[in-house]
Amino acid sequence: MKLVIAIIKPFKLDEVREALSGLGVQGMTVTEVKGFGRQKGQTEIYRGAEYSTNMVPKIKVEVATTDDLAGRVVEVIQQSANTGAIGDGKIFVIDVAHAVRIRTGETDDVAL
Amino acid sequence: MKLFNKLSAGLGVAAATALTAMPAWAADLVKAPDVAAQAGMVNKGDTTWMLVSTALVLMMAVPALGLFYGGLVRTKNMLSVLMQTLMTFCICSLVWACWGYSIAFTSGGENHFFGGLSKMFLAGVTPGTYAVTFSNNVYFPELVYFCFQMTFASITPALIVGAFAERIKFVPLMIFMVLWLTLVYCPIAHMVWYWAGPDFLPDTPNDYGYLWGLGALDFAGGTVVHINAGIAGLMGCLIVGKRIGYKTEPMPPHSLTMTMTGASLLWVGWFGFNVGSNLEANGLAGLVFANTFLATSAAAFAWAVIELIVHGKPSLLGGVTGAIAGLVAITPACGFASPMTSILLGFVVSIVCFLMVTTVKNKLGYDDTLDVFGVHCIGGIVGAIGTAIVADPALGGQGFVDYTVFPAVAGKYDMAAQIITQIKAVLLTLVWSGGISAVLFFILKLTMGLRPSAEVEQDGLDISEHGERAYNY
Repeated sequence: MKLVIAIIKPFKLDEVREALSGLGVQGMTVTEVKGFGRQKGQTEIYRGAEYSTNMVPKIKVEVATTDDLAGRVVEVIQQSANTGAIGDGKIFVIDVAHAVRIRTGETDDVAL
Repeated sequence: MKLFNKLSAGLGVAAATALTAMPAWAADLVKAPDVAAQAGMVNKGDTTWMLVSTALVLMMAVPALGLFYGGLVRTKNMLSVLMQTLMTFCICSLVWACWGYSIAFTSGGENHFFGGLSKMFLAGVTPGTYAVTFSNNVYFPELVYFCFQMTFASITPALIVGAFAERIKFVPLMIFMVLWLTLVYCPIAHMVWYWAGPDFLPDTPNDYGYLWGLGALDFAGGTVVHINAGIAGLMGCLIVGKRIGYKTEPMPPHSLTMTMTGASLLWVGWFGFNVGSNLEANGLAGLVFANTFLATSAAAFAWAVIELIVHGKPSLLGGVTGAIAGLVAITPACGFASPMTSILLGFVVSIVCFLMVTTVKNKLGYDDTLDVFGVHCIGGIVGAIGTAIVADPALGGQGFVDYTVFPAVAGKYDMAAQIITQIKAVLLTLVWSGGISAVLFFILKLTMGLRPSAEVEQDGLDISEHGERAYNY
Protein backbone atom coordinates (compact mmCIF):
# COMPACT_ATOMS: atom_id res chain seq x y z
CA MET A 1 0.00 0.00 0.00
CA LYS A 2 1.01 3.57 -0.64
CA LEU A 3 0.04 6.93 0.81
CA VAL A 4 0.01 9.64 -1.83
CA ILE A 5 0.39 13.13 -0.36
CA ALA A 6 -0.23 16.01 -2.74
CA ILE A 7 0.22 19.70 -1.95
CA ILE A 8 -1.89 21.58 -4.49
CA LYS A 9 -3.34 24.98 -5.25
CA PRO A 10 -6.62 25.42 -3.32
CA PHE A 11 -8.74 26.21 -6.37
CA LYS A 12 -7.64 22.94 -8.01
CA LEU A 13 -9.13 20.73 -5.28
CA ASP A 14 -12.43 20.03 -7.05
CA GLU A 15 -10.74 18.99 -10.28
CA VAL A 16 -8.37 16.70 -8.42
CA ARG A 17 -11.21 15.12 -6.45
CA GLU A 18 -13.27 14.48 -9.59
CA ALA A 19 -10.31 13.03 -11.46
CA LEU A 20 -9.54 10.67 -8.57
CA SER A 21 -13.19 9.61 -8.32
CA GLY A 22 -13.06 8.77 -12.00
CA LEU A 23 -10.17 6.47 -11.17
CA GLY A 24 -12.23 4.67 -8.55
CA VAL A 25 -10.57 6.23 -5.51
CA GLN A 26 -13.18 6.09 -2.76
CA GLY A 27 -11.80 8.41 -0.11
CA MET A 28 -9.29 11.07 0.70
CA THR A 29 -8.31 13.40 3.52
CA VAL A 30 -8.02 17.13 2.81
CA THR A 31 -6.29 19.72 5.01
CA GLU A 32 -5.79 23.47 4.61
CA VAL A 33 -2.09 24.11 5.00
CA LYS A 34 0.45 26.91 4.58
CA GLY A 35 3.97 26.67 3.31
CA PHE A 36 6.50 27.95 0.89
CA GLY A 37 8.56 26.69 -2.00
CA ARG A 38 9.73 28.53 -5.06
CA GLN A 39 6.51 30.51 -5.26
CA LYS A 40 6.89 33.89 -3.54
CA GLY A 41 4.30 35.09 -1.03
CA GLN A 42 2.27 38.25 -1.35
CA THR A 43 2.81 41.70 0.08
CA GLU A 44 0.11 43.16 2.29
CA ILE A 45 0.12 46.89 3.07
CA TYR A 46 -1.90 48.38 5.93
CA ARG A 47 -1.33 52.13 5.86
CA GLY A 48 2.39 52.37 6.62
CA ALA A 49 2.88 48.76 7.71
CA GLU A 50 4.07 46.38 5.02
CA TYR A 51 3.99 42.62 5.61
CA SER A 52 5.32 40.14 3.11
CA THR A 53 3.67 36.82 3.75
CA ASN A 54 6.13 34.13 2.67
CA MET A 55 3.71 31.39 3.66
CA VAL A 56 1.28 30.62 0.85
CA PRO A 57 -2.03 28.87 1.52
CA LYS A 58 -2.25 25.39 -0.05
CA ILE A 59 -4.38 22.27 0.16
CA LYS A 60 -2.90 18.96 1.28
CA VAL A 61 -4.64 15.89 -0.19
CA GLU A 62 -3.87 12.46 1.26
CA VAL A 63 -4.94 9.33 -0.55
CA ALA A 64 -4.24 5.79 0.63
CA THR A 65 -4.13 3.36 -2.29
CA THR A 66 -3.11 -0.13 -3.32
CA ASP A 67 0.31 -0.58 -4.84
CA ASP A 68 -1.20 -1.23 -8.29
CA LEU A 69 -3.20 1.99 -8.38
CA ALA A 70 -0.56 4.28 -6.85
CA GLY A 71 1.10 5.12 -10.17
CA ARG A 72 -2.22 6.12 -11.79
CA VAL A 73 -3.22 8.20 -8.75
CA VAL A 74 0.00 10.20 -8.95
CA GLU A 75 -0.43 10.63 -12.70
CA VAL A 76 -4.04 11.84 -12.38
CA ILE A 77 -3.20 14.32 -9.62
CA GLN A 78 -0.24 15.63 -11.59
CA GLN A 79 -2.47 16.24 -14.59
CA SER A 80 -5.54 17.64 -12.86
CA ALA A 81 -3.69 19.99 -10.48
CA ASN A 82 -1.44 21.35 -13.20
CA THR A 83 -1.68 24.97 -14.31
CA GLY A 84 1.84 25.26 -15.66
CA ALA A 85 2.56 28.14 -13.31
CA ILE A 86 5.00 28.25 -10.43
CA GLY A 87 3.39 27.15 -7.17
CA ASP A 88 1.43 24.16 -8.53
CA GLY A 89 2.70 22.04 -5.67
CA LYS A 90 4.32 18.65 -5.11
CA ILE A 91 3.37 14.98 -4.77
CA PHE A 92 5.01 12.58 -2.33
CA VAL A 93 4.49 8.81 -2.15
CA ILE A 94 5.30 6.80 0.94
CA ASP A 95 4.92 3.17 1.90
CA VAL A 96 2.12 2.23 4.27
CA ALA A 97 2.78 -0.69 6.62
CA HIS A 98 -0.70 -1.48 7.76
CA ALA A 99 -4.34 -0.32 7.41
CA VAL A 100 -7.47 -1.11 9.44
CA ARG A 101 -11.12 -0.25 8.80
CA ILE A 102 -12.41 0.70 12.24
CA ARG A 103 -16.03 -0.41 11.74
CA THR A 104 -15.33 -3.97 10.58
CA GLY A 105 -11.77 -4.65 11.60
CA GLU A 106 -10.85 -5.50 7.97
CA THR A 107 -7.18 -4.95 7.24
CA ASP A 108 -4.80 -3.79 4.48
CA ASP A 109 -6.03 -3.67 0.84
CA VAL A 110 -9.61 -4.60 1.79
CA ALA A 111 -9.68 -1.81 4.31
CA LEU A 112 -8.82 0.92 1.77
CA MET B 1 -34.71 93.64 9.54
CA LYS B 2 -32.22 96.29 10.51
CA LEU B 3 -29.46 93.72 10.72
CA PHE B 4 -30.18 92.49 7.24
CA ASN B 5 -29.85 95.98 5.75
CA LYS B 6 -26.67 96.69 7.57
CA LEU B 7 -25.06 93.45 6.53
CA SER B 8 -26.13 93.33 2.95
CA ALA B 9 -25.01 96.91 2.46
CA GLY B 10 -21.56 96.31 3.88
CA LEU B 11 -20.83 92.80 2.91
CA GLY B 12 -22.34 90.78 0.22
CA VAL B 13 -23.28 87.24 -0.30
CA ALA B 14 -21.09 85.46 2.19
CA ALA B 15 -22.40 87.17 5.25
CA ALA B 16 -25.93 87.16 3.99
CA THR B 17 -26.04 83.40 4.55
CA ALA B 18 -26.10 83.99 8.28
CA LEU B 19 -29.14 86.13 7.90
CA THR B 20 -31.40 83.50 6.53
CA ALA B 21 -31.38 82.35 10.14
CA MET B 22 -32.94 85.60 11.29
CA PRO B 23 -36.54 85.23 12.32
CA ALA B 24 -39.08 87.72 11.13
CA TRP B 25 -39.17 89.52 14.47
CA ALA B 26 -35.47 90.35 14.24
CA ALA B 27 -36.41 94.00 13.99
CA ASP B 28 -37.25 93.99 17.70
CA LEU B 29 -34.00 92.49 18.93
CA VAL B 30 -33.61 92.48 22.68
CA LYS B 31 -30.21 93.12 24.19
CA ALA B 32 -29.28 90.84 27.11
CA PRO B 33 -32.69 89.15 27.43
CA ASP B 34 -33.52 87.63 30.83
CA VAL B 35 -34.46 83.97 31.18
CA ALA B 36 -38.16 84.66 30.73
CA ALA B 37 -37.46 86.49 27.50
CA GLN B 38 -35.06 83.74 26.35
CA ALA B 39 -37.85 81.20 26.80
CA GLY B 40 -39.69 82.96 24.00
CA MET B 41 -36.62 82.85 21.74
CA VAL B 42 -36.41 79.06 21.50
CA ASN B 43 -37.17 77.37 18.21
CA LYS B 44 -38.47 73.82 18.34
CA GLY B 45 -36.73 73.02 15.04
CA ASP B 46 -33.37 74.04 16.49
CA THR B 47 -34.00 72.09 19.67
CA THR B 48 -35.02 68.98 17.73
CA TRP B 49 -31.95 69.15 15.55
CA MET B 50 -29.70 69.50 18.57
CA LEU B 51 -31.29 66.47 20.24
CA VAL B 52 -30.81 64.41 17.08
CA SER B 53 -27.23 65.65 16.70
CA THR B 54 -26.45 64.66 20.26
CA ALA B 55 -27.63 61.10 19.65
CA LEU B 56 -25.62 60.99 16.40
CA VAL B 57 -22.41 61.95 18.20
CA LEU B 58 -23.10 59.26 20.81
CA MET B 59 -23.24 56.76 17.94
CA MET B 60 -19.80 57.95 16.79
CA ALA B 61 -18.30 56.66 20.03
CA VAL B 62 -20.59 53.72 20.75
CA PRO B 63 -20.12 51.72 18.62
CA ALA B 64 -18.55 53.49 15.61
CA LEU B 65 -15.16 54.43 17.05
CA GLY B 66 -14.91 51.09 18.83
CA LEU B 67 -15.55 49.16 15.61
CA PHE B 68 -13.26 51.38 13.57
CA TYR B 69 -10.42 50.92 16.04
CA GLY B 70 -11.30 47.33 16.99
CA GLY B 71 -11.15 46.02 13.45
CA LEU B 72 -7.58 47.28 13.18
CA VAL B 73 -6.16 45.38 16.15
CA ARG B 74 -5.48 41.66 16.43
CA THR B 75 -8.24 39.25 17.46
CA LYS B 76 -6.84 38.86 20.97
CA ASN B 77 -7.23 42.59 21.71
CA MET B 78 -10.60 43.31 20.11
CA LEU B 79 -12.64 43.47 23.30
CA SER B 80 -10.05 45.59 25.10
CA VAL B 81 -10.46 48.32 22.50
CA LEU B 82 -14.27 48.12 22.56
CA MET B 83 -14.25 48.22 26.36
CA GLN B 84 -11.75 51.08 26.54
CA THR B 85 -13.81 53.26 24.21
CA LEU B 86 -17.12 52.33 25.88
CA MET B 87 -15.93 52.94 29.44
CA THR B 88 -14.01 56.09 28.55
CA PHE B 89 -17.19 57.46 27.04
CA CYS B 90 -19.32 56.53 30.05
CA ILE B 91 -16.88 57.72 32.73
CA CYS B 92 -16.21 60.98 30.92
CA SER B 93 -19.91 61.75 30.62
CA LEU B 94 -20.21 61.33 34.40
CA VAL B 95 -17.23 63.63 34.96
CA TRP B 96 -18.76 66.11 32.54
CA ALA B 97 -21.99 66.24 34.53
CA CYS B 98 -20.20 66.47 37.89
CA TRP B 99 -17.70 69.22 37.13
CA GLY B 100 -16.56 69.20 33.50
CA TYR B 101 -19.41 71.24 32.09
CA SER B 102 -18.94 73.88 34.74
CA ILE B 103 -15.19 74.21 34.13
CA ALA B 104 -15.71 74.43 30.38
CA PHE B 105 -18.81 76.55 30.07
CA THR B 106 -19.05 79.00 32.92
CA SER B 107 -17.29 82.33 33.09
CA GLY B 108 -13.81 82.38 34.59
CA GLY B 109 -14.05 86.12 35.19
CA GLU B 110 -10.67 87.66 34.48
CA ASN B 111 -9.20 84.19 34.02
CA HIS B 112 -9.68 83.17 30.41
CA PHE B 113 -8.19 79.66 30.68
CA PHE B 114 -10.90 77.78 32.56
CA GLY B 115 -14.32 78.49 34.01
CA GLY B 116 -15.66 78.31 37.53
CA LEU B 117 -17.43 75.67 39.59
CA SER B 118 -20.82 77.37 39.84
CA LYS B 119 -22.55 74.69 37.76
CA MET B 120 -20.87 71.70 39.43
CA PHE B 121 -23.28 68.76 39.63
CA LEU B 122 -25.44 70.74 37.19
CA ALA B 123 -26.40 73.28 39.83
CA GLY B 124 -28.93 75.68 38.37
CA VAL B 125 -29.16 73.88 35.03
CA THR B 126 -32.86 73.16 34.55
CA PRO B 127 -35.36 72.75 31.71
CA GLY B 128 -35.98 76.47 32.15
CA THR B 129 -32.43 77.70 31.46
CA TYR B 130 -31.12 78.39 27.98
CA ALA B 131 -27.90 78.28 25.99
CA VAL B 132 -26.77 80.94 23.54
CA THR B 133 -26.35 80.33 19.81
CA PHE B 134 -24.51 82.27 17.12
CA SER B 135 -27.50 84.49 16.38
CA ASN B 136 -28.91 87.40 18.33
CA ASN B 137 -32.03 86.43 20.24
CA VAL B 138 -31.94 82.73 19.37
CA TYR B 139 -31.69 80.30 22.30
CA PHE B 140 -32.17 76.62 22.99
CA PRO B 141 -32.50 74.60 26.20
CA GLU B 142 -29.29 74.51 28.23
CA LEU B 143 -29.77 70.83 29.09
CA VAL B 144 -29.69 70.04 25.38
CA TYR B 145 -26.47 72.03 25.01
CA PHE B 146 -25.07 70.26 28.06
CA CYS B 147 -25.84 66.87 26.51
CA PHE B 148 -24.50 67.86 23.09
CA GLN B 149 -21.23 69.04 24.63
CA MET B 150 -21.17 65.94 26.85
CA THR B 151 -20.87 63.73 23.78
CA PHE B 152 -17.89 65.81 22.59
CA ALA B 153 -16.22 65.68 26.01
CA SER B 154 -16.72 61.91 26.10
CA ILE B 155 -15.65 60.93 22.58
CA THR B 156 -12.50 63.09 22.53
CA PRO B 157 -10.71 61.13 25.30
CA ALA B 158 -11.87 57.89 23.64
CA LEU B 159 -9.93 58.87 20.50
CA ILE B 160 -6.69 58.72 22.48
CA VAL B 161 -6.85 54.97 23.23
CA GLY B 162 -5.98 54.10 19.63
CA ALA B 163 -2.43 55.38 20.04
CA PHE B 164 -1.38 52.72 22.55
CA ALA B 165 -3.95 50.03 21.77
CA GLU B 166 -2.94 46.41 22.45
CA ARG B 167 -0.61 47.25 25.37
CA ILE B 168 -2.22 49.30 28.15
CA LYS B 169 -3.60 48.46 31.58
CA PHE B 170 -7.28 49.22 31.85
CA VAL B 171 -7.63 50.82 35.28
CA PRO B 172 -4.72 53.29 35.01
CA LEU B 173 -6.08 54.25 31.58
CA MET B 174 -9.47 55.10 33.05
CA ILE B 175 -7.82 57.20 35.77
CA PHE B 176 -5.89 59.01 33.05
CA MET B 177 -9.14 59.77 31.26
CA VAL B 178 -10.71 61.44 34.31
CA LEU B 179 -7.62 63.58 34.87
CA TRP B 180 -7.17 64.40 31.19
CA LEU B 181 -10.77 65.48 30.75
CA THR B 182 -10.52 67.73 33.80
CA LEU B 183 -7.09 69.24 33.23
CA VAL B 184 -6.84 69.29 29.44
CA TYR B 185 -10.16 68.97 27.65
CA CYS B 186 -12.27 71.27 29.82
CA PRO B 187 -9.77 74.16 29.81
CA ILE B 188 -9.16 73.90 26.06
CA ALA B 189 -12.93 73.74 25.39
CA HIS B 190 -13.32 76.81 27.62
CA MET B 191 -10.54 78.67 25.82
CA VAL B 192 -11.94 77.96 22.36
CA TRP B 193 -15.71 77.80 22.78
CA TYR B 194 -16.74 79.73 25.88
CA TRP B 195 -18.16 83.19 25.33
CA ALA B 196 -20.98 85.27 26.75
CA GLY B 197 -23.12 85.03 23.63
CA PRO B 198 -24.22 87.51 20.98
CA ASP B 199 -26.75 89.33 23.16
CA PHE B 200 -24.40 89.71 26.12
CA LEU B 201 -20.87 90.18 24.78
CA PRO B 202 -21.33 93.88 23.86
CA ASP B 203 -22.01 94.63 27.56
CA THR B 204 -19.40 92.23 28.94
CA PRO B 205 -16.67 92.53 26.32
CA ASN B 206 -14.22 90.57 28.47
CA ASP B 207 -16.35 87.46 28.98
CA TYR B 208 -14.78 84.80 26.75
CA GLY B 209 -12.18 82.04 26.67
CA TYR B 210 -8.58 82.87 25.80
CA LEU B 211 -8.48 81.52 22.23
CA TRP B 212 -12.00 82.77 21.45
CA GLY B 213 -10.74 86.20 22.47
CA LEU B 214 -7.76 85.91 20.15
CA GLY B 215 -10.21 85.29 17.33
CA ALA B 216 -9.29 81.64 16.71
CA LEU B 217 -11.85 79.90 14.47
CA ASP B 218 -12.75 76.33 15.36
CA PHE B 219 -16.26 75.45 14.29
CA ALA B 220 -16.62 71.90 15.58
CA GLY B 221 -13.37 70.96 17.28
CA GLY B 222 -10.16 70.86 15.24
CA THR B 223 -8.16 72.10 18.21
CA VAL B 224 -10.45 71.04 21.06
CA VAL B 225 -11.05 67.52 19.80
CA HIS B 226 -8.55 66.33 17.22
CA ILE B 227 -5.27 68.12 17.92
CA ASN B 228 -6.01 67.82 21.63
CA ALA B 229 -6.54 64.03 21.51
CA GLY B 230 -3.91 63.43 18.81
CA ILE B 231 -1.00 64.96 20.71
CA ALA B 232 -2.11 63.23 23.92
CA GLY B 233 -2.04 59.96 21.99
CA LEU B 234 1.50 60.61 20.77
CA MET B 235 2.68 61.29 24.31
CA GLY B 236 0.94 58.11 25.45
CA CYS B 237 2.46 55.85 22.81
CA LEU B 238 5.94 57.27 23.44
CA ILE B 239 5.70 56.83 27.22
CA VAL B 240 3.99 53.44 27.13
CA GLY B 241 6.49 52.17 24.55
CA LYS B 242 6.24 50.01 21.46
CA ARG B 243 4.27 46.78 21.29
CA ILE B 244 6.26 43.58 21.71
CA GLY B 245 7.09 42.44 18.20
CA TYR B 246 6.49 45.82 16.57
CA LYS B 247 8.27 45.79 13.20
CA THR B 248 9.47 42.21 13.72
CA GLU B 249 6.23 40.25 13.57
CA PRO B 250 3.17 40.86 11.41
CA MET B 251 0.27 42.64 13.11
CA PRO B 252 -2.35 42.92 10.37
CA PRO B 253 -5.86 44.23 11.17
CA HIS B 254 -8.14 41.38 12.22
CA SER B 255 -11.26 42.66 10.45
CA LEU B 256 -11.28 45.48 7.94
CA THR B 257 -14.98 44.75 7.47
CA MET B 258 -15.56 46.01 10.99
CA THR B 259 -13.26 48.96 10.43
CA MET B 260 -15.31 49.89 7.37
CA THR B 261 -18.55 49.56 9.34
CA GLY B 262 -17.17 51.77 12.10
CA ALA B 263 -15.83 54.39 9.70
CA SER B 264 -19.16 54.55 7.89
CA LEU B 265 -21.06 55.07 11.13
CA LEU B 266 -18.51 57.73 12.07
CA TRP B 267 -19.24 59.57 8.84
CA VAL B 268 -22.98 59.54 9.51
CA GLY B 269 -22.48 60.55 13.14
CA TRP B 270 -20.13 63.34 12.10
CA PHE B 271 -23.10 65.21 10.63
CA GLY B 272 -24.37 65.50 14.19
CA PHE B 273 -20.91 66.55 15.31
CA ASN B 274 -20.33 69.24 12.70
CA VAL B 275 -23.80 70.37 11.75
CA GLY B 276 -24.91 70.21 15.38
CA SER B 277 -22.08 72.59 16.21
CA ASN B 278 -24.03 75.21 14.27
CA LEU B 279 -26.53 75.07 17.19
CA GLU B 280 -29.35 76.09 14.85
CA ALA B 281 -31.14 74.32 12.01
CA ASN B 282 -30.79 76.99 9.33
CA GLY B 283 -29.08 77.75 6.03
CA LEU B 284 -25.64 77.70 7.58
CA ALA B 285 -26.43 74.21 8.88
CA GLY B 286 -27.03 73.22 5.26
CA LEU B 287 -23.62 74.62 4.31
CA VAL B 288 -21.91 72.74 7.13
CA PHE B 289 -23.63 69.55 5.99
CA ALA B 290 -22.51 69.99 2.38
CA ASN B 291 -18.94 70.85 3.42
CA THR B 292 -18.68 67.85 5.75
CA PHE B 293 -20.02 65.57 3.05
CA LEU B 294 -17.77 66.77 0.23
CA ALA B 295 -14.51 67.11 2.15
CA THR B 296 -14.89 63.48 3.25
CA SER B 297 -15.59 62.19 -0.24
CA ALA B 298 -12.67 64.20 -1.61
CA ALA B 299 -10.24 62.94 1.01
CA ALA B 300 -11.28 59.28 0.65
CA PHE B 301 -10.98 59.57 -3.14
CA ALA B 302 -7.61 61.31 -2.89
CA TRP B 303 -6.18 58.64 -0.58
CA ALA B 304 -7.27 55.90 -2.97
CA VAL B 305 -5.64 57.71 -5.89
CA ILE B 306 -2.41 58.21 -3.93
CA GLU B 307 -2.29 54.49 -3.12
CA LEU B 308 -3.03 53.59 -6.70
CA ILE B 309 -0.04 55.67 -7.76
CA VAL B 310 2.33 54.68 -4.93
CA HIS B 311 1.43 51.01 -4.34
CA GLY B 312 -0.44 50.18 -7.52
CA LYS B 313 -3.47 49.02 -5.50
CA PRO B 314 -6.08 51.19 -3.77
CA SER B 315 -6.80 49.60 -0.39
CA LEU B 316 -10.07 49.77 1.53
CA LEU B 317 -8.18 50.73 4.66
CA GLY B 318 -6.66 53.60 2.68
CA GLY B 319 -10.09 54.71 1.53
CA VAL B 320 -11.57 54.80 5.02
CA THR B 321 -8.45 56.39 6.49
CA GLY B 322 -8.79 59.13 3.90
CA ALA B 323 -12.45 59.58 4.80
CA ILE B 324 -11.59 59.99 8.48
CA ALA B 325 -8.76 62.40 7.65
CA GLY B 326 -11.21 64.44 5.58
CA LEU B 327 -13.74 64.50 8.41
CA VAL B 328 -11.03 65.61 10.83
CA ALA B 329 -9.78 68.40 8.57
CA ILE B 330 -13.22 69.80 7.77
CA THR B 331 -14.26 69.80 11.44
CA PRO B 332 -12.81 73.22 12.33
CA ALA B 333 -13.56 74.61 8.87
CA CYS B 334 -17.05 73.26 8.19
CA GLY B 335 -18.89 76.45 9.14
CA PHE B 336 -16.49 78.74 7.30
CA ALA B 337 -15.55 77.02 4.02
CA SER B 338 -17.48 76.83 0.77
CA PRO B 339 -18.30 73.41 -0.71
CA MET B 340 -15.58 73.79 -3.35
CA THR B 341 -12.84 74.83 -0.93
CA SER B 342 -13.95 71.94 1.32
CA ILE B 343 -13.10 69.57 -1.52
CA LEU B 344 -9.64 71.12 -1.84
CA LEU B 345 -9.12 70.81 1.90
CA GLY B 346 -10.04 67.12 1.61
CA PHE B 347 -7.41 66.59 -1.12
CA VAL B 348 -4.71 68.37 0.87
CA VAL B 349 -5.32 66.55 4.14
CA SER B 350 -5.09 63.13 2.49
CA ILE B 351 -1.73 63.96 0.93
CA VAL B 352 -0.34 65.22 4.25
CA CYS B 353 -1.75 62.39 6.37
CA PHE B 354 -0.65 59.75 3.86
CA LEU B 355 2.94 60.98 4.10
CA MET B 356 2.59 61.10 7.86
CA VAL B 357 1.34 57.56 8.48
CA THR B 358 3.52 55.89 5.84
CA THR B 359 6.81 57.72 5.51
CA VAL B 360 7.25 59.95 8.57
CA LYS B 361 5.93 57.44 11.10
CA ASN B 362 8.25 54.71 9.80
CA LYS B 363 11.23 57.07 9.80
CA LEU B 364 10.62 58.21 13.37
CA GLY B 365 9.78 54.68 14.53
CA TYR B 366 7.11 55.49 17.15
CA ASP B 367 4.34 52.88 17.56
CA ASP B 368 1.10 54.86 17.30
CA THR B 369 -0.99 51.72 16.85
CA LEU B 370 -3.99 53.25 15.08
CA ASP B 371 -2.46 56.51 13.84
CA VAL B 372 -4.23 58.80 16.29
CA PHE B 373 -1.40 61.31 15.94
CA GLY B 374 -0.94 60.91 12.19
CA VAL B 375 -4.60 61.27 11.31
CA HIS B 376 -6.25 63.24 14.13
CA CYS B 377 -3.47 65.59 15.26
CA ILE B 378 -1.89 66.19 11.84
CA GLY B 379 -5.27 66.23 10.07
CA GLY B 380 -6.53 68.60 12.76
CA ILE B 381 -3.58 70.94 12.21
CA VAL B 382 -4.17 70.93 8.45
CA GLY B 383 -7.82 71.74 9.14
CA ALA B 384 -7.13 74.41 11.76
CA ILE B 385 -4.69 76.32 9.57
CA GLY B 386 -6.70 75.58 6.42
CA THR B 387 -9.72 77.17 8.13
CA ALA B 388 -8.01 80.55 7.96
CA ILE B 389 -7.71 80.17 4.19
CA VAL B 390 -11.10 78.72 3.33
CA ALA B 391 -12.93 81.16 5.63
CA ASP B 392 -11.80 84.12 3.53
CA PRO B 393 -14.88 85.71 1.92
CA ALA B 394 -12.68 86.41 -1.11
CA LEU B 395 -12.58 82.62 -1.64
CA GLY B 396 -16.29 82.18 -1.00
CA GLY B 397 -15.84 81.62 2.75
CA GLN B 398 -18.05 82.87 5.54
CA GLY B 399 -15.51 85.19 7.18
CA PHE B 400 -16.25 85.82 10.83
CA VAL B 401 -18.98 87.63 12.73
CA ASP B 402 -18.14 90.58 14.95
CA TYR B 403 -20.12 90.00 18.13
CA THR B 404 -18.73 92.98 20.04
CA VAL B 405 -21.52 95.14 18.65
CA PHE B 406 -25.26 94.63 18.99
CA PRO B 407 -26.67 93.32 16.76
CA ALA B 408 -23.69 91.36 15.43
CA VAL B 409 -22.16 92.33 12.09
CA ALA B 410 -19.68 90.62 9.79
CA GLY B 411 -16.07 91.33 10.69
CA LYS B 412 -13.41 92.57 8.28
CA TYR B 413 -11.47 89.46 7.25
CA ASP B 414 -7.67 89.43 7.10
CA MET B 415 -6.38 86.03 5.97
CA ALA B 416 -2.74 86.53 6.94
CA ALA B 417 -3.65 87.65 10.45
CA GLN B 418 -6.10 84.77 10.76
CA ILE B 419 -3.44 82.23 9.79
CA ILE B 420 -1.20 83.60 12.57
CA THR B 421 -4.10 83.36 15.04
CA GLN B 422 -4.84 79.77 13.99
CA ILE B 423 -1.18 78.80 14.40
CA LYS B 424 -1.21 80.29 17.90
CA ALA B 425 -4.27 78.23 18.76
CA VAL B 426 -2.63 75.08 17.38
CA LEU B 427 0.59 75.68 19.31
CA LEU B 428 -1.21 76.43 22.56
CA THR B 429 -3.22 73.22 22.22
CA LEU B 430 -0.12 71.16 21.39
CA VAL B 431 1.78 72.55 24.38
CA TRP B 432 -1.11 72.41 26.86
CA SER B 433 -2.36 68.96 25.94
CA GLY B 434 1.05 67.51 25.07
CA GLY B 435 2.64 68.80 28.27
CA ILE B 436 -0.08 67.85 30.72
CA SER B 437 -0.68 64.49 29.04
CA ALA B 438 3.01 63.63 29.28
CA VAL B 439 3.07 64.50 32.99
CA LEU B 440 -0.07 62.44 33.66
CA PHE B 441 1.25 59.42 31.76
CA PHE B 442 4.58 59.63 33.60
CA ILE B 443 2.95 59.82 37.03
CA LEU B 444 0.73 56.82 36.24
CA LYS B 445 3.67 54.90 34.81
CA LEU B 446 5.68 55.44 38.01
CA THR B 447 2.79 54.70 40.39
CA MET B 448 0.30 52.16 39.05
CA GLY B 449 2.21 51.22 35.91
CA LEU B 450 0.71 51.66 32.46
CA ARG B 451 1.83 48.50 30.77
CA PRO B 452 0.80 44.91 31.39
CA SER B 453 3.48 42.21 31.69
CA ALA B 454 4.99 40.73 28.55
CA GLU B 455 3.05 37.52 29.15
CA VAL B 456 -0.26 39.36 29.41
CA GLU B 457 0.53 41.31 26.28
CA GLN B 458 1.39 38.10 24.39
CA ASP B 459 -1.81 36.40 25.53
CA GLY B 460 -3.84 39.44 24.55
CA LEU B 461 -5.62 41.99 26.69
CA ASP B 462 -9.06 40.43 26.15
CA ILE B 463 -8.44 37.29 28.16
CA SER B 464 -6.01 38.77 30.69
CA GLU B 465 -7.56 42.19 31.38
CA HIS B 466 -11.22 41.43 30.77
CA GLY B 467 -11.53 37.65 31.18
CA GLU B 468 -13.27 36.95 27.89
CA ARG B 469 -12.59 36.44 24.19
CA ALA B 470 -14.13 38.27 21.27
CA TYR B 471 -14.56 35.17 19.15
CA ASN B 472 -15.20 31.64 20.33
CA TYR B 473 -15.17 29.27 17.44
